[in-house]
Amino acid sequence: MALNNIWVFAQVANGAPTSATLELLTKARSLSSNVTAIIGGDGASAAALGEFGATKVYAISHGANLPGVAIASALKSVIDGGETPDLIMFPQNYEGRDVMSRLSVKIDKTVITNNIDISDSGDGVTVTTPIFGGNTLVETTFTGAGPYLAAFRPKSFAAESAGGAAAAVTAIAVPDLGATGSATVTAVHVEETTGPKLDEANIVVAGGRGLGEATSFAMVEELASLLKGAPGASRAIVDAGWVPYSYQVGQTGKVVKPTIYIAVGISGATQHMVGMKGSKNIIAINKDKEAPIFGVADLGIVGDVHKVLPKLIEALKGR
Amino acid sequence: MNVIVCVKQIPDPAAPGALDGATNTLKRDGKLILDDSDAYGVEMALQLVDAAGGGEVSLVSMAPNGETSGLRTALAMGAAKGVLISDPALQGSDALTTAKILAAAVKRLGGADLIIGATESSDGYTGTVPEQMAELLGLPSVTFAKKVSVEGGTLKVNRQTENGYDEVTCALPALISVTAGVVEPRYPSFKGIMAAKSKPVEEVTAADLGVTPVGWAGAGQKISNVTQAEARQAGEIIEDDGETFGKIVGFLENLKVI
Ligand SMILES: Cc1cc2nc3c(=O)[nH]c(=O)nc-3n(C[C@H](O)[C@H](O)[C@H](O)COP(=O)(O)OP(=O)(O)OC[C@H]3O[C@@H](n4cnc5c(N)ncnc54)[C@H](O)[C@@H]3O)c2cc1C
Ligand SMILES: Nc1ncnc2c1ncn2[C@@H]1O[C@H](COP(=O)(O)O)[C@@H](O)[C@H]1O
Repeated sequence: MALNNIWVFAQVANGAPTSATLELLTKARSLSSNVTAIIGGDGASAAALGEFGATKVYAISHGANLPGVAIASALKSVIDGGETPDLIMFPQNYEGRDVMSRLSVKIDKTVITNNIDISDSGDGVTVTTPIFGGNTLVETTFTGAGPYLAAFRPKSFAAESAGGAAAAVTAIAVPDLGATGSATVTAVHVEETTGPKLDEANIVVAGGRGLGEATSFAMVEELASLLKGAPGASRAIVDAGWVPYSYQVGQTGKVVKPTIYIAVGISGATQHMVGMKGSKNIIAINKDKEAPIFGVADLGIVGDVHKVLPKLIEALKGR
Repeated sequence: MNVIVCVKQIPDPAAPGALDGATNTLKRDGKLILDDSDAYGVEMALQLVDAAGGGEVSLVSMAPNGETSGLRTALAMGAAKGVLISDPALQGSDALTTAKILAAAVKRLGGADLIIGATESSDGYTGTVPEQMAELLGLPSVTFAKKVSVEGGTLKVNRQTENGYDEVTCALPALISVTAGVVEPRYPSFKGIMAAKSKPVEEVTAADLGVTPVGWAGAGQKISNVTQAEARQAGEIIEDDGETFGKIVGFLENLKVI
């Protein structure tokens, strides 16, 4: 079927579109020549969004309202006004999921999340979802009429500039939200980080519960900094409060595809693997030779992190 | 304060998952257990009701084969009652249909001051059901809650963001989805387990709730193909003899990163 009109839920961080946004725009423009970027806030990023393929920007300023209900309500008003997109692409993250969920009810359409690919054949629009840690790929085809709502994991597509002109910006007002608009942000807390960003670093050193205690994470940080990489973590130690959520790699955390991923004291649960299996080279240190992480490791050391890491750090320091 | 918690009952995650050859859906036969993700919600609800000094915690769950073992675990933790939606017609339901069913069950219970779900289930992880329920129920919502309190009738939430957290306030009634680790779920006591056996669980069908169409008929999607991803080549696995750090150094040198 022809995709005559695609909307992409776009996000801006520090004044520039996020990498996930540029990935989705790149894919969208390969499926349709009519791509609109939906943005929470103003249209200041229209030039960058246009460069990657958006022809229009719908800018929705939602103030202190959480984006989910506010942006979905504004989009519903556009659809009620007579414009029906065939497909709406979302990033698989907090804001994307909330907007998509609210909108799916407002227009009574299904959602398919956690995708890594999409194709449009004569038979319909099909998305691909990895399950069981990425070992099995499920293809699902939308049935009935659109809009089709689909969310994609980060790094599913390569972002490439189209050299496009700045997109034309239209401001869309948020309708009266009634009781649903009661949730408001009263303060924003941002964690300061230094060094390369986890999802952009060339080398990632990630620690897990095998480190034994929170203070041992210092070894992971030291190794990461010696290699000019970024430290990461399994969910087990995020939940335990050893490190902030922004360190988490996996299904509910970041997707990383560095040149080298070093997993330290991480078992390799399926939910962790979907976030790091795409790394070019994987090194694992784990004292259990049966740990699933060894199934994807290029170099696996069966040993105690407290013995291997200090020696490795010493050796690298001496260089 | 009355709270309703969504509790999903899932196959034991420790057992390897499998797809049903006929339908390509996750196999959900055998004994089901309370999804860990929802144990946090149950605990959160019990603590909030406790802090409010009165009220009760109710449960809603949609599961095949009249399964109640996961519900009983939540009842043993301290919830008062539950509604189970179990109906062969529900097989193949998508997230939106699931949300419609659960929202209807919430209404059947007469609603509550607060509805709690998890940010995502362990087996399906669509991650949309609670927010869809909020829209169906016309409620405000705060997703990804990592700290929750009710002060003077107002909900206060620290909401996880990509690089920190937001403080959010919201009027009740409302819906929240909680992250893993938000509270430490209690273990059911022996007394709790015994008491749970006689707590009421009402079993209803989709038709009882007036939700149609459901199952495959209501899902705006169909599974068209299932393939195996290309496996990674097995690498070199060696036992540490005190010198394997050198192997790692060599590996890094080969890749010219040091
Ligand atoms: C819905 C859902 C979403 C999830 N999302 C994520 C996610 O995004 N990311 C994620 O990581 N997890 C996620 N999980 C959790 C996941 O299932 C695992 O529980 C988690 O990844 C385990 O973390 P771990 O490997 O650090 O701990 P464990 O599984 O406990 O593994 C610790 C490992 O350390 C080894 N070890 C112990 N001592 C030593 C030592 N001295 N030296 C060397 N090795 C040692 C052990 O052999 C073991 O293999 C999710 C789970 C669910 C249900
Ligand atoms: N069948 C179900 N029964 C009860 N609660 C559910 C069910 N499906 C989803 N939920 C709730 O919605 C959350 C998110 O589910 P999901 O959208 O599948 O990731 C779960 O963690 C539960 O809190």
